[in-house]
Amino acid sequence: MGPKPFEGTKVIDLCWSGAGVFIINLLAHYGATVIRVESAIRPDPIRRVLTYTDYSGNDPHALELSPTFAFTHPAPKMGLDLNMKNPGAKEVFKKLVAWADVVGESFPTGVMERLGFGYEELKKIKPDIIMVRSCGYGHTGPMAQQAGFGMILSAVSMMYSLAGWPDRRPVPLSSFYSDQLSPLLSMLALVAALDYRRRTGKGQYIDQSQVESSLQYLAPVLLDYTVNKRELALTGNKCDYAAPHGVYPCQGDDRWVAIAVCTDEEWDSFCRVLGNPAWTQDPRFLTMASRIEHSEDLDGYVEAWTKNYKAEQVMTMMQDAGVGAGIVANSRDLAEDVQLNHYNYFREAKHPYLGKGNFYHPPSIKLSEVDADVGRPNLIGEHNKYICNEILGISDDEYNQLMRDGAFD
Amino acid sequence: MLECYRVLDLSDDKGFFCGKLLGDLGADVIKIERPGGEPARNIGPFYHDIVDPEKSLYWFAFNASKRGITLDIEKAEGRDIFKRLAMTADVVIESFPPGYMENLGLGYTALSQVNPGIVMTSISGFGQEGPYRNYKAPDIVVRALGGMVHTVGDPDRPPLTTSYQHAYLIGAAHGVVGTMIALVHRGSTGRGQHVDAPTQQGLAFTGHMEAQLPWLLRQVIPERHGRKRFPLQLRDGSLYYQPVLWECKDGDIAFSIAGAAMTASYKGLRECITNDGIDTGALDKWDWTKDNDGDWTKEEVEGILSTLGEFFSRHTKAELMEISQEKGVHLAPCLSAEEALQFPQFIERGFWTEVEHPELGTTITYPGSYVKLTESDCGIRRRAPLIGEHNEEVYLNELGMSKDELLALKQNHVI
Repeated sequence: MGPKPFEGTKVIDLCWSGAGVFIINLLAHYGATVIRVESAIRPDPIRRVLTYTDYSGNDPHALELSPTFAFTHPAPKMGLDLNMKNPGAKEVFKKLVAWADVVGESFPTGVMERLGFGYEELKKIKPDIIMVRSCGYGHTGPMAQQAGFGMILSAVSMMYSLAGWPDRRPVPLSSFYSDQLSPLLSMLALVAALDYRRRTGKGQYIDQSQVESSLQYLAPVLLDYTVNKRELALTGNKCDYAAPHGVYPCQGDDRWVAIAVCTDEEWDSFCRVLGNPAWTQDPRFLTMASRIEHSEDLDGYVEAWTKNYKAEQVMTMMQDAGVGAGIVANSRDLAEDVQLNHYNYFREAKHPYLGKGNFYHPPSIKLSEVDADVGRPNLIGEHNKYICNEILGISDDEYNQLMRDGAFD
Repeated sequence: MLECYRVLDLSDDKGFFCGKLLGDLGADVIKIERPGGEPARNIGPFYHDIVDPEKSLYWFAFNASKRGITLDIEKAEGRDIFKRLAMTADVVIESFPPGYMENLGLGYTALSQVNPGIVMTSISGFGQEGPYRNYKAPDIVVRALGGMVHTVGDPDRPPLTTSYQHAYLIGAAHGVVGTMIALVHRGSTGRGQHVDAPTQQGLAFTGHMEAQLPWLLRQVIPERHGRKRFPLQLRDGSLYYQPVLWECKDGDIAFSIAGAAMTASYKGLRECITNDGIDTGALDKWDWTKDNDGDWTKEEVEGILSTLGEFFSRHTKAELMEISQEKGVHLAPCLSAEEALQFPQFIERGFWTEVEHPELGTTITYPGSYVKLTESDCGIRRRAPLIGEHNEEVYLNELGMSKDELLALKQNHVI
């Protein structure tokens, strides 16, 4: 295999918390040299998330003990710890900008400007720099300075209004849905900007409003309103093109199978798997339109049958017959899923404080000519000395002086 | 920014989004439909509810910024023409069942012989390889196996999929990122490659923190808690699921009491709660300048939640939004489509875009740019193509066919 896609690309990663970090992870997975600039005094809030551990925030090295942080940073980066309020640290950062091709950050508008590192300032140091900024509402407009994070941005971007029963209020799809969906579009823009820079030599400025990116996924829902003045109706597990279509109970505690019978041919196969019981000949179930119309009654029959089997059995019987079915995977099923494991989705890495873990996952794509680098995250300031000496050409004397002056917190 | 690239889009609704996003950045995306039109044109909703392949809003939404031609690649002549097109192209997007393109002699290996620089992106339910490769993969099934159904919904009812199906958009969005990486890679290697985008993995990433970590770390299986999610860890180590969505006077808002968000919100929030005459005792016990997550008992959390719940229930979304902006409280309303269209931030940023549809004699409002860039206008370049709209433009002007040739192909139903 030749060079990796981003080999030689130099990146400063100031992204923190949710969404933004995934943008820069991508570059690190595919060969970029990424320096993650952090602060121990103002750490990434995810470094404080200790859920599912016995650790406490008072433990020594507490900021390195968050599995949630490790899990969401499975890409090899170098760590530089800078107290950006310190004049010496600012000088180090300027040198870093002169070295870099990309600066990525995800603070609300104003943070970089107040530090003296807005796009115009960065451009003075490195004329062809690419600055990618991702924040909740975008870097212009009345809400530019409003902080946002996935949980509340998913509400604004209508993503919490997409699932539910007709007789109940909508339920969220995850706790931070937009955090995983919006960064894909800024990743595309950033990689396209790198490609454009390779061809033209020009850098640029990328402003991502996570909400505006998220709304792209809702385009048909929005058009239904702008054209037909119709808001999305909640339909439980029903849909307008298939029946049976739903989630059906199986043997065991909280075990379910999803089934969708989308064509007449699939309906015939579905009936065969069930042994062609008499009810399948009921005139109400003869055509797709009629099955959809009577889906409530139909679901009753399906449920009475699936209950006798394990979810895995139903999935296999249906899929062998060419009918779409899948277990409703819980967290254990995902870890044991043969398809995800075929793709080596749960990779192992060793972390100096967390030990071995198999929760480091690659990007959700497989490229035929290059494998993704997957690994543990950097520790805060792990590579201070290496970066200063080897990359920025700062002498040992200068480095020690910076240390004494509190440039590295 | 991507004007130098030509993309051939063979995909159906599973892959439309991929080409649309490239087209929004300027790539020349040619949607290739079977003669008579792509079956996914039958997906609703429809313009004024008129069921017509030229009036699908789903089609409009995800095929804007593309040109459109018809071609039957199942016919030998069609395959030859497709290869001629592939010689002029940089990217091929497809979302057929795995193996379909190989069987037609149009798999990645065959296409790269015609054009070594070609990038082929395959969007599928489960991927081009592995034990589920040939599984039927309707949206609900992929979503279930991707782990994004089990924890959604109320404990007393079955798990829920989405009322608006969009699992494949997630696969396609990962696919478009892979496509762009492959184009960058080609810049140094000179060769294209095959990008495999399994939607199941895109979903697994979407739910990764909630659905995977609990099992991998603690052998815990999270269940359904309705509108409560994202557990807080209590003082005794047990988990407490906090509300993500809260009912207010005229709808729902999202708000969390965990971590930095509450630290930032507390002061403004307490002021407003006090103004309402609500007892703030449950809140006042805590030093909110630090993160209290992990220090609470169940009773203490419930006291905090009921104080906040009482406050939210007395106000409308608009009032709470105002409080959020004026007092720096980290909350946000669940917007309806109507409210999203009027949301001042979107209007101020010129987010909504009017796209002309001359055949319908109207313009339609679309969501606009997904990012703002200084070197490109990201956004809709043209409305979605009509069936075969650019056949002459592409086949005659760009591929150099004669009118007779084109006519013959039409008569043989290749085009």
